[in-house]
Amino acid sequence: MGAGHAHALYRHVDSPVHTLPPHCKLVAVFAFVVVVVSTPREAVWAFAAYAVLLGAVAYVARVPARHVLTRMLVEVPFVAFAVLMPFVAQGEQTKVLGVSLSVSGLWGAFNILAKGTLGVAASVLLASTTELRELLHGLQKLRLPPLLVQIATFMIRYGDVIAGELKRMSIARRSRGFEARGVRHWGVLAKTAGALFIRSYERGERVHLAMVSRGYTGVMPVLEETVATRAQWARVGVLPGAALLVCLTGWVMV
Amino acid sequence: MHVPDGFINAPVSATAGVAAVAAVGLGLRGARRELTDERAAPLAGLVAAFVFAVQMLNFPVAAGTSGHLLGGALAAILVGPWTGILCISVVLLMQGVLFADGGLTALGVNITTMGVITVLVSYGIFRGLVKVLPRKRRTVTVSAFVAALVSVPTAAAFFTLLYALGGTTDVPVGKVLTAMVGVHVLIGIGEAAITALTVGAVLAVRPDLVFGARGLSAPLKLRVGGELVDAPVPDTAAVPVAARSTRRFWGVGLLAALALAGVVSLYASTSPDGLEKVAADQGIDKNVREHATADSPLADYSVRGISDSSLSGGLAGVIGVGVTVAVGSGVFWAVRKRRTDAVETADSTGV
Repeated sequence: MGAGHAHALYRHVDSPVHTLPPHCKLVAVFAFVVVVVSTPREAVWAFAAYAVLLGAVAYVARVPARHVLTRMLVEVPFVAFAVLMPFVAQGEQTKVLGVSLSVSGLWGAFNILAKGTLGVAASVLLASTTELRELLHGLQKLRLPPLLVQIATFMIRYGDVIAGELKRMSIARRSRGFEARGVRHWGVLAKTAGALFIRSYERGERVHLAMVSRGYTGVMPVLEETVATRAQWARVGVLPGAALLVCLTGWVMV
Repeated sequence: MHVPDGFINAPVSATAGVAAVAAVGLGLRGARRELTDERAAPLAGLVAAFVFAVQMLNFPVAAGTSGHLLGGALAAILVGPWTGILCISVVLLMQGVLFADGGLTALGVNITTMGVITVLVSYGIFRGLVKVLPRKRRTVTVSAFVAALVSVPTAAAFFTLLYALGGTTDVPVGKVLTAMVGVHVLIGIGEAAITALTVGAVLAVRPDLVFGARGLSAPLKLRVGGELVDAPVPDTAAVPVAARSTRRFWGVGLLAALALAGVVSLYASTSPDGLEKVAADQGIDKNVREHATADSPLADYSVRGISDSSLSGGLAGVIGVGVTVAVGSGVFWAVRKRRTDAVETADSTGV
């Protein structure tokens, strides 16, 4: 906890992107992803253009490419699926290096890889430039029902508690020579989960009581009301706007 | 099973999004009945964080693959189905926004598959079994096992259904179904074991925390002069059970239908040929229909040599996006308005 409440993806620097209001950023990223997804997959150059746009945002936000790329690894399971696709899809076949591949499968694989990767990159950029508290505040501004915001707040708040508990228990297991290798070890993992739930619940209870005794009434106090100015909306709109232009050009040219 | 952007086409994603918004709306209403005291939201948040953490706990399945829990069954049994849906939805939202796990436009698909379907199926089965089996503590554990076991392949089958309706690639549906359900039966066994043992462990220490076991606590007995006498029971414990029984009727009916669908699809997976044929027919049917509606307005823009299906898919995408925004925000406002009204009336009566 001493290291502050930033999450794993957040990268603290002072940049024009960091200072934008969080709800504007959320809207912009969502709009961008929607535009990317509705682009025809035959417009290959459009996806390159999107990547350039994201690169420009990363440059303005002073997020190094390495930071974004290493955090895009969550996508790997679906990349595996996409790579398999040309081999199992049906339809017209083509020969590449002597291997027979399905044309529609190749298009499908490209479609998933391109759109999925751009979506992941956009989310990583959002998470890298927006603090947790801000993000929750942004969701609240976008009229997410209060109960959901509250659950999300507590989830984040207890996330560190649970992660710390899990880490301590994992160290304890490993220092006793445990290594999960097969079915026989599910019992240990399940008991870990059960113990984890009880331990973190009881800690969570204490945390909550401490919050209540300090005046918590169900909403986190908002220290500064962020109101997005028209200029800020305009700045935020540059990304989805440019993407929309690319998308429309793609539609006309295809 | 986190679906990325662009994997399922826009109309189906949009429909799934609407379904997810509706489910979350229902969840918000239902959760108010499940969460009676003020510790409720923290407990739900804790369960969400817990599911988040448990999803990181990978367990080895077979041949080098490993699976992680979906957590739907666990959340439903620990905090109740409606709060369970909210928890999983929040987990998926946060994973999408913070960790880029699962696409933002695929959020609806992810919530319906991993949140709504797993919770509804597992809780339906769980309730049914708890009712049928003898009222013992072991029953809860066994029911949790079965519920979690069925929920995971059902979610996989449901994903395949969405894929058949709106997959952006033409991998044969039968192959996807076999692969998805096959792998997820294995994952389901792991999920079932871990869910049952977790519920058992919590039940052994803090039975009051398990929503699914609320009706099962035996009345407290006092030994007075060598004889067992019922202790006076405070009324508070009876309230949630009574509240639950009013909506149990329609709830169980709906859940039973869903569970049946899940079981049937599971059963069908043993003979992929038959289902493959049906699903392929369905898929072709769907394509033709989309083609018919979506082709003409875009025909002016089309260039020779581009297949019609991709065009129609794309246009359908644009339309679908519009529909999502319109319907999604409509449902959203309706739910929100009702909520604020309810809160206001509650406030005025409370004060």
